[in-house]
Amino acid sequence: MAEKISKETVVKVSRLARLSLTTEETERMTAQLAGMLEHFRDIDALDLASVEPMTQPYPLKNVLRKDVELPSLDRDEVLDQAPAAESGRFRVPPTIGFDV
Amino acid sequence: MQKLVDIVAGVTNGSLKASAVVEEHLARIVARESEIHAFNLVTADQARTDAAKVDEDVKAGKKVGALAGVPIALKDNMCTRGVETTCSSKILQGWKPPYDATVVTKLRAAGAVIMGKTNLDEFAMGSSTENSAFGPTKNPHDVSRVPGGSSGGSAAAVSAGFAAASLGSDTGGSIRQPAALCGVVGVKPTYGVVSRYGLVAFASSLDQIGPFTSDVRDAATLLEVISGHDPMDSTSIPQPAPSLVSVLDHGVAGMRIGRVTDLPEGCEPDVLARLEAAFDALRSAGAIIVDIKLPSIQYCLTAYYLIAPAEASSNLARYDGVRYGNRVDAADLNSMYAATREAGFGEEVKRRIMLGTYALSAGYYDAYYGKALKVRRLISDDFAHAYEKTDVILTPTSPSVAFKFGSKTDNPLAMYLCDVFTIPTNLAGHPAMSVPFGTGADSMPVGVQVLATTLGEQAMFKVAAELERSL
Amino acid sequence: MSEVAALPNGWQLIVGLEVHVELATKTKMFSASANRFGDEPNTNIDPVTLGLPGALPVLNQHAIELAIRIGLALNCKVQPCTFHRKNYFYPDLPKAYQITQYDHPLNIDGHLMLPGDVRIGIERAHLEEDTGKSTHFGGSSGRIHGSDYSLIDFNRAGVPLVEIVSRPDIRTSEQARQYVGELRSILLAVGASDAKMEEGSMRCDVNVSVHKLGTPFGTRCEIKNVNSIRSVGRAIDYEARRQVDVIEGGGTIRQETRHWDDATGRTETLRTKEDADDYRYFLEPDLVPLVPDQSWIDAVRAALPVLPAARRQALAELCGVDKDGESAFVVVERGQDDYVSAVVAAGGDPRRAVVYVQQAFAEQSATPKVPAKDLAALTILERDAKVTSTQAKTLLTDLIEAGGGDVSAMATKRGFEALDKSAVEAMVDAAIAAEPGAWQKYCNGEEKALGALVGAVMKSSKGKADGKVITALLQAKRT
Repeated sequence: MAEKISKETVVKVSRLARLSLTTEETERMTAQLAGMLEHFRDIDALDLASVEPMTQPYPLKNVLRKDVELPSLDRDEVLDQAPAAESGRFRVPPTIGFDV
Repeated sequence: MQKLVDIVAGVTNGSLKASAVVEEHLARIVARESEIHAFNLVTADQARTDAAKVDEDVKAGKKVGALAGVPIALKDNMCTRGVETTCSSKILQGWKPPYDATVVTKLRAAGAVIMGKTNLDEFAMGSSTENSAFGPTKNPHDVSRVPGGSSGGSAAAVSAGFAAASLGSDTGGSIRQPAALCGVVGVKPTYGVVSRYGLVAFASSLDQIGPFTSDVRDAATLLEVISGHDPMDSTSIPQPAPSLVSVLDHGVAGMRIGRVTDLPEGCEPDVLARLEAAFDALRSAGAIIVDIKLPSIQYCLTAYYLIAPAEASSNLARYDGVRYGNRVDAADLNSMYAATREAGFGEEVKRRIMLGTYALSAGYYDAYYGKALKVRRLISDDFAHAYEKTDVILTPTSPSVAFKFGSKTDNPLAMYLCDVFTIPTNLAGHPAMSVPFGTGADSMPVGVQVLATTLGEQAMFKVAAELERSL
Repeated sequence: MSEVAALPNGWQLIVGLEVHVELATKTKMFSASANRFGDEPNTNIDPVTLGLPGALPVLNQHAIELAIRIGLALNCKVQPCTFHRKNYFYPDLPKAYQITQYDHPLNIDGHLMLPGDVRIGIERAHLEEDTGKSTHFGGSSGRIHGSDYSLIDFNRAGVPLVEIVSRPDIRTSEQARQYVGELRSILLAVGASDAKMEEGSMRCDVNVSVHKLGTPFGTRCEIKNVNSIRSVGRAIDYEARRQVDVIEGGGTIRQETRHWDDATGRTETLRTKEDADDYRYFLEPDLVPLVPDQSWIDAVRAALPVLPAARRQALAELCGVDKDGESAFVVVERGQDDYVSAVVAAGGDPRRAVVYVQQAFAEQSATPKVPAKDLAALTILERDAKVTSTQAKTLLTDLIEAGGGDVSAMATKRGFEALDKSAVEAMVDAAIAAEPGAWQKYCNGEEKALGALVGAVMKSSKGKADGKVITALLQAKRT
């Protein structure tokens, strides 16, 4: 399996996961993740070349729904639960740095 | 404590008032909840109103449901319309869902009375409820010990008589392990038997809702009500709910019971002794004990702790402070995301999000997540071979009885090992249940786990009922 | 094919297009709230649309059917497929992942034909869900950078999309425009989408690179925000020149996403590959595989209408026009080709029928109000020189205004009584006599001299003689 996880990788992963870990958390997380990944090396001994990945616990296919409209949720009830809302919409801070 | 089936019978024939049943349970909550902390929220007023409605219906001669007047507690990761649903996380604290989970709809339709929302390890990640943002639940048998987890609140609620039954969710043992530690019955059905719609997802390909009850018959009764096809869940098996109560008295004569000869080590001797006693009891009842091997089971922790966190890292990405839940304000969007998630999630949740994000990320997918899916197949194949030789398999539920608070919190891997006997079933998608079977060290309850193959609930319940009778 | 020499010094343009199309379903891809454009913000929302905890997706059967229609119309192989999660954070993406198709898309390996029998490969046409809509407020620009805050409407979130990915087979901006136009015609014909670029129900991302023939393809840039067929052409032309200028100036092209600004006519960097998120694709555990069985595919195929290309071909053959020409395109686009066939069936002149419809029926539906037999009668009047082509145009207007009628009577009412051929011939002879100089020049091969002679006849006939008839008579007399 891969090399030992580095602090840089932990920082990169935390950014991907949108977690602003503290320095102390990053240190601890690096050590803990390294320990776990070390434990998970046990499966490296297995010959898995011809094994199909298992992604479904129960083999279903073609589960479909008719194209029939149902009522919307109540907008006020939904926006009432939002951290910030305005003019019938959800309000968020501006995007800085990267965007779509 | 009153059995679920007795409450239904009494309420339905008018000899028992649902309101009185609810008051009895509320009284026990008043007496002991401050000590136990099984609940995040007790919905006493609504429970009284619902019970009164059931009594009115009975009085008016209306037909009442299969759970008429039964006080039931819900793990706080099942959506209840207008009633706070937190997953024991700060990030969702205060959130009132605008919809009911399918199981909640079914319970209400059956006349059940919902008592409240029970405590859990945050987002169902843990084996002791110590990861709850709102403080741990105590084991009613010894409040210095954990109730197990993640559905610790639901297990404790039944054990303490706060509810006649409860629902939990089981991703790697989160129903069965706390059931064993609290001395109640806990069932994880076949993946797809109970709808996941409205269950806040932890690991979607592993999660399943199931009942906690004080005996096997109650569990069968409750499971019959909550199972069955749900068009809102694409992974729901399109079959009617299995008939379970009808098989409970069938006995086990001639049934093949699997003994795993390569069981992972590290189990307390008292627990293994109870397992032997269970085999003896079944043998005496006419069952045949068959030796089986599950060689890949030793890899189940690795497979599980890659697959479940990977799915969780994606499932928990939606807690971003935009549409619901709590936000930590910041000047720009990405700072808001990071501050919200940093403040909103507890340590174990963050650890699993990190692990899962890593396992899925570019360059690591094949080495971790991809491999884990293949190991999952090996484990499933092992079970398939075993079930050619046996009808059910018996193992311990938990390697130990309930442990003391704080004894495993510093070492995540030690905590993960609590699930070594329960995880394989989730990976395979099979049913399994824990049945109280005597006591072990310090007179704490011990559970024996009955495993069966896909949709093998009837065989599983026959054996569970026999074990219970033998006590 | 017209190879527009847009690029200097032997540079060759390579274009691939990714076109997102919103499907014309009643409800969303994975849930039952309405798929409807233009409603009040956040009024078509449900637990799935908002990515509420506990919500689960269920596939919309009609969306699958429309996607299969698209696949078949684009000559794709329709195959068993799966859904993946594409994970990234953005406020208009409710679950923080988009459900899309990754390594096993529904439709693969198709193609679409452009004028001149140019074949553009279709790599895949896969299903996915749309995002919500962000509106940026405050700041000076109204653009995303520098705004004070954004508001999000989730009505569009979860609307079913098909993303149609072409192979990099397009070589000119003209071809790119034709490709988008042809795709749009097909989508409309099969009823899969209303394909309105201005409403965003059809959106183009354009991948552009340049290279010299015989060398490998260059680094490509993806251009977003291209919202009309015209912009597709402009954006490609601009971007190709920009890339050539960069390379010829000694620079290199970075792989990046660029934003097309229609007002300035330029593209600018939106984000570079280094900022790109790691999407951590994995199989969506909340959905199960989709395996369309052959009988379903066959039924969808059987119900497909005749596609625009085949209809243009048929119309061209019927009317003797070019299948890639303007009239065949326009008439089929409006769906008026069946009407033209009816005019021909009623005895109309085929060529005149298609031209009349192309020129005068832009405001009419696929079933114009003018009865086919009336239009047929008009084409015959003109063909037989009972009216001049100018008169015929006037009568066509009358006919459309009246919604049909007896064209001969209309001609009479207008005083368009036919001049018979001998009368015109007499006038032609008179004109030759009156303009001997012009006649001499014309006989010597000076075609310009014809004008004076025709003009003289038109004048003496007070416009009732047909120019074409006059010209034919003069030509006959010259030889």
